[in-house]
Amino acid sequence: MEIAGPKTLAVLLAELNIDPQRVAVEHNLTIVKRANYDSAIVREGDEIEIVNFVGGGTA
Amino acid sequence: MNNRASDSLVIAGRAFRSRLIVGSGKYPSHQIMADAHAASGTEMVTVAVRRVNLTDRTKESLIDYIDQSRIFILPNTAGCYTAEEAIRTARLGREVGLSNWVKLEVIGDERTLFPDNVALLEATRVLVQEGFVVLPYTNDDPVICRKLEEAGAAAVMPLGAPIGSGLGIQNPNNIRIIKEQSRVPVIVDAGVGTASDAAIAMELGADGVLMNSAIALAQDPVAMAEAMKLAVEAGRLAWRAGRIAKRSHASASSPVEGMIATGA
Repeated sequence: MEIAGPKTLAVLLAELNIDPQRVAVEHNLTIVKRANYDSAIVREGDEIEIVNFVGGGTA
Repeated sequence: MNNRASDSLVIAGRAFRSRLIVGSGKYPSHQIMADAHAASGTEMVTVAVRRVNLTDRTKESLIDYIDQSRIFILPNTAGCYTAEEAIRTARLGREVGLSNWVKLEVIGDERTLFPDNVALLEATRVLVQEGFVVLPYTNDDPVICRKLEEAGAAAVMPLGAPIGSGLGIQNPNNIRIIKEQSRVPVIVDAGVGTASDAAIAMELGADGVLMNSAIALAQDPVAMAEAMKLAVEAGRLAWRAGRIAKRSHASASSPVEGMIATGA
């Protein structure tokens, strides 16, 4: 998915309608602490990974 | 037997009254999953770490159906095929912010879903170093279980049979040996098909059983969840009670004295 930047991670999550309390985020393969979502700047071409918990047992 | 109430499963200092750990995948609906969790009496539920689905947001409500006042959430690294991938997934799971526990899985073969023991051991070492409470899903091999324990695993989780196979405990003797040698809890993870399989695992001395498909894919998951709760409790109690020795010939339970046919 292509997103126009730059913007903070907090703004990006809000635009995607994602609750920051339920996810973990990697910015160019580095984990961003939740406390830093407001200061982390996402630019065009950056790789963002956003994960949450889904149903699962083993494998 | 007087202290049944205090017979808790303790992993890394955390006590669980239920010895049944269940998954959260494959249920017909979130509500049926919640009802099954309640019926199972479980206090620990596994979840998978996955990308947020930006087009279908229904899956993320799963967490709302897990009663976190009673249930501890255990993120897994299901689907990972390398140590690097599993470590990365574990770190992300921790960052979601519920705990520093991880059910560590590194799969080595697509068809059998057997673990890659070499990569598993490597990932265990790294994650223990980073402060994780690591619960590795492993083969029913006493040697790798010993190495995982030495690497700092908080429990070892040998499989009973291939994941989702429902074949039951394929190698009971190995499970017994693993229990004999382990100083950390032994959780039989995967392979349970029905209640008797869970009871057998516990009768062999396992400290707990982890299952998903056997409950989630049963025709009535809520009823099966209750059956598993009872089976785990029965198996545990039987193990603590100490079973009789097996013998190849009969041993009568009634006295020989006073038989009418032989009486004087």
